[in-house]
Amino acid sequence: MFHHPKKLVAGILASTMLAGASFAGELVINTDTSDPAPKAAFEALIAGFEAENPDVKVTWNLFDHEGYKTSIRNFLTADAPDLANWYAGNRMLPYVNAGLFEPVDDVWEENGLTESLASAQGSMTIDGKIWGVPYTYYQWGVYYRKDIFENLGIAVPTNWDEFKAAGKTLTDNGVTPITIGTKYLWTAGGVFDYLNLRTNGYDFHMALTKGEVAWTDERVVATMNNWKELIDAGFFLENHAAYSWQEALAPMVQGDAAMYVMGNFAVAPLKEAGLTDDTLGFFQFPVINPDVPLAEEAPTDTIHIPANAKNKEDAKKFLAYLARADVQTQINDTLGQLPINKDSEVGDDKFLQAGYQMLSSTTGGIAQFFDRDAPAEMAKAGMEGFQEFMVKPERMDKILERLEKVRGRVYK
Amino acid sequence: MGTYWKKNQQRLAPWLFLAPGIAMFALYVIIPIFQSMNISFYEWDGLGDRTWVGMNNYVELMDDEAFYTSLKNNVIWLVLYMLAIPAGLFVALFLNQTVRGIRIYKSLFFFPFVISQVVVGLVFSWFYDPSFGLLNIALMSLGFEAIPVLADETWVTYGIIAAGLWPQTAYCMILYLTGLNAVDPEQIEAARLDNAKGLKMLWYVVLPQLKPATFIAVVVTVIGALRSFDLVSIMTDGGPWGSSRVLAFYMYEQAFGEYGFRMGYGAAIAVILFLIMMVYISAFLFKMYRDEKGR
Amino acid sequence: MFPTPIEKTSPASQWIYKVALPIALILWLLPLLAVAMTSVRSAGDINAGNYWGWPTSFNLMANYTAIFENTPIGQYIMNSFKVTIPTVIGAVALSCMTGFALGVYKFKANLLLFFMFVAGNFVPFQILMVPVRDLTLNMGLYNTISGLALFHIAFQTGFCTLFMRNFIKALPFELIEAARVEGVSEIRIFWFVVIPLMRPAIAALSVLIFTFIWNDYFWATVLTQGAETQPITAGLYSLNGQWVAAWHLVSAGSIVAALPPVLMFFLMQKHFIAGLTLGAVK
Repeated sequence: MFHHPKKLVAGILASTMLAGASFAGELVINTDTSDPAPKAAFEALIAGFEAENPDVKVTWNLFDHEGYKTSIRNFLTADAPDLANWYAGNRMLPYVNAGLFEPVDDVWEENGLTESLASAQGSMTIDGKIWGVPYTYYQWGVYYRKDIFENLGIAVPTNWDEFKAAGKTLTDNGVTPITIGTKYLWTAGGVFDYLNLRTNGYDFHMALTKGEVAWTDERVVATMNNWKELIDAGFFLENHAAYSWQEALAPMVQGDAAMYVMGNFAVAPLKEAGLTDDTLGFFQFPVINPDVPLAEEAPTDTIHIPANAKNKEDAKKFLAYLARADVQTQINDTLGQLPINKDSEVGDDKFLQAGYQMLSSTTGGIAQFFDRDAPAEMAKAGMEGFQEFMVKPERMDKILERLEKVRGRVYK
Repeated sequence: MGTYWKKNQQRLAPWLFLAPGIAMFALYVIIPIFQSMNISFYEWDGLGDRTWVGMNNYVELMDDEAFYTSLKNNVIWLVLYMLAIPAGLFVALFLNQTVRGIRIYKSLFFFPFVISQVVVGLVFSWFYDPSFGLLNIALMSLGFEAIPVLADETWVTYGIIAAGLWPQTAYCMILYLTGLNAVDPEQIEAARLDNAKGLKMLWYVVLPQLKPATFIAVVVTVIGALRSFDLVSIMTDGGPWGSSRVLAFYMYEQAFGEYGFRMGYGAAIAVILFLIMMVYISAFLFKMYRDEKGR
Repeated sequence: MFPTPIEKTSPASQWIYKVALPIALILWLLPLLAVAMTSVRSAGDINAGNYWGWPTSFNLMANYTAIFENTPIGQYIMNSFKVTIPTVIGAVALSCMTGFALGVYKFKANLLLFFMFVAGNFVPFQILMVPVRDLTLNMGLYNTISGLALFHIAFQTGFCTLFMRNFIKALPFELIEAARVEGVSEIRIFWFVVIPLMRPAIAALSVLIFTFIWNDYFWATVLTQGAETQPITAGLYSLNGQWVAAWHLVSAGSIVAALPPVLMFFLMQKHFIAGLTLGAVK
């Protein structure tokens, strides 16, 4: 009956898996996808998995986005789920080092992910092992009110002077050029990253976040001075330190602000609040130093199996499902983000297409994000410094000296 | 056993009754205090192994700007939180009447103390919102500049304290209302015959009789000020750029925060906070000791 | 009575007082009134910036149904009850015993133990945080309702002991003496003589502890996570993160969260106030 030994093995595997399945059962997933679009995407993802695996009952714990970053630490050590979402790069390093994530090389091997997810393999690999499955990434850049730009006769800026001129036109007409909410700090990290990538380039960004360059270095000062130009010209939303990133969406929706340096996840809430493809646009962060190749930020979101998971067998099944081209197409369609799987289709949404174009033609390199590339303590101090700088730019030297002190301590 | 128990039950009974309480309290409160002191000499991320670093955490603390900011804010909290005591007394005097429905008024004034600090924090952050908050609408209608209280390093701590004073004043009010009930009417009448009234009466006749209420009000207010974690966490998350941190919050941030997990360093902050609190606890215990001996 | 009873003053000041009273109350509760008002607004009002004017429509049912249907707020409230009620029972039971032991018997370590409970009650939470979390982890109770309740019982025992001991100390000691003379055992004295006399203290303390524990936020964030176990305070904060700028929902949630202790307070007002002052102000 079985002509081919491989098939035989597969048959035995299938039957043992079936047998195992009757014992298996509960699969616990913890995620922080509490915003509407990610929540819907995960609802669909889990429903799809359950439909294909009727023997597995998925329990899904949904966490608040900000609170999750603290909770994950607790539940990985204490009460591990079978799967948890997290981020690639340096952000997963502490958990890998502490042995809290399970390597999933076998999942990659068996499902040919080394090929289909090849683009993200590097950021998922630590010490030669692969620690999770990436399911989405998204571009950062400038989201802007197309209608306001058109009304005021502003063309999409491609370089620094045009960018500043656009801001001037906007402020002259009583529109805040850039909205931002820095209460939770990381948004300021995004602005810094882009200014720094455009001023000094990708390699410098990596060196800085790895602690190889002093914060008092003149190149950092150059970035900060560029930033200061924008601050002094009244580019940023007043009182941004009082708002979360979502609260800062409101001025843009109401037309009081025209641009937002953000990740693509901002599109969904902006559209929900009433903006359309006609009023909302996207452009690549403009060139500052023409000698620096354009690098972009595109953080990758991932799912991992905690080392203390109880049901690793079904968890691996779930990862394999998650990595599939059709599943990634679907999930990213709802998320409004880009799939990692190269056989997936990028949604025909114009923002996705723009991001896809931009990222696939990037020559300068792709960074994760300030707080994913830098170690935690440095990231916190850095972003706090950026927030302070945005309100009190005159304190630049003091802030950089403080960051330098932190660097001296963090990277030993 | 029966006879042994009968003979010694007066000696054994207290320990029998105390055993469960002491066991729980020791396990969850007393022993952890010493464990925290111990952890403060280690570097530990809460995941891997601990490394002994001696006094390093304390040395680092002495050179940590954020620590001094927190300490300074704690002092501001301690001082300004005390306003709850005269404010509570004032409200209590205002309400210490016997008009119709006064009982309902008293309980409604007490309301803020009953609701959670999470709700208080949310309500006040909303009140302070720079664009639509009632405070700024009021300021602007009076011709002042709007103040983004929670985003301004000079105002933020005062803004949070104001939110905290609301329930704390209610607390002190109730303490004083009960105290006023117990004020000796004969002394008041006697003082009235001597023509004492108003503030003079309050100062020389009433306040001395309210001493126990004042004492307990001071105790709960100091403790409340040093524990000020909830409001900071909810209203500002320590910001802007860490300027509204207090020791309790900074400790949490270092130990369990998103970018923290420096358990040893956090424990060192907690030990400092504990030592400050110990001053008050000792004073409190000393007073109780005197009272006990005085009986 | 101080200040001078208002009915003994001039009609003018009586009139002023009667007007001032409700005005003061409205100002005092203004933040809460605003929340109550917002909780019945429509999303349209919020988006249009109508935060303080009269609501264009009243969406009482819609908003309150929405929070129960679309969020786990019902679960959060259940969790709060599941943490609060056992804590009240546990802490009161333990402290009846410790209070009895410390209030009735004379032995060497008495005052020292009493002071230990009192001092522990005032300790900053932060110094307990790391070890208590580890302890809870090691007992396998992390992120369980029992883990949180056990800690609360232990910690509240400090305050309750202070309270109970002072209360028992003020009871007529002759009753206990008389029972001893008749040969009643110490345990029966506790159960049949002292406990019945402690009813008011038990009631007062229960109300007080209920409010304290219901409103706890710090330990909820340290020892629990997720809608399965978190009580309403922590739940409300995480919902606040999800309901960005949906202030009508945040307000409705806040009102729901505040309701149980407020009801408790109104139903048992006498005990509550007695509780606040009894143990402390002698």
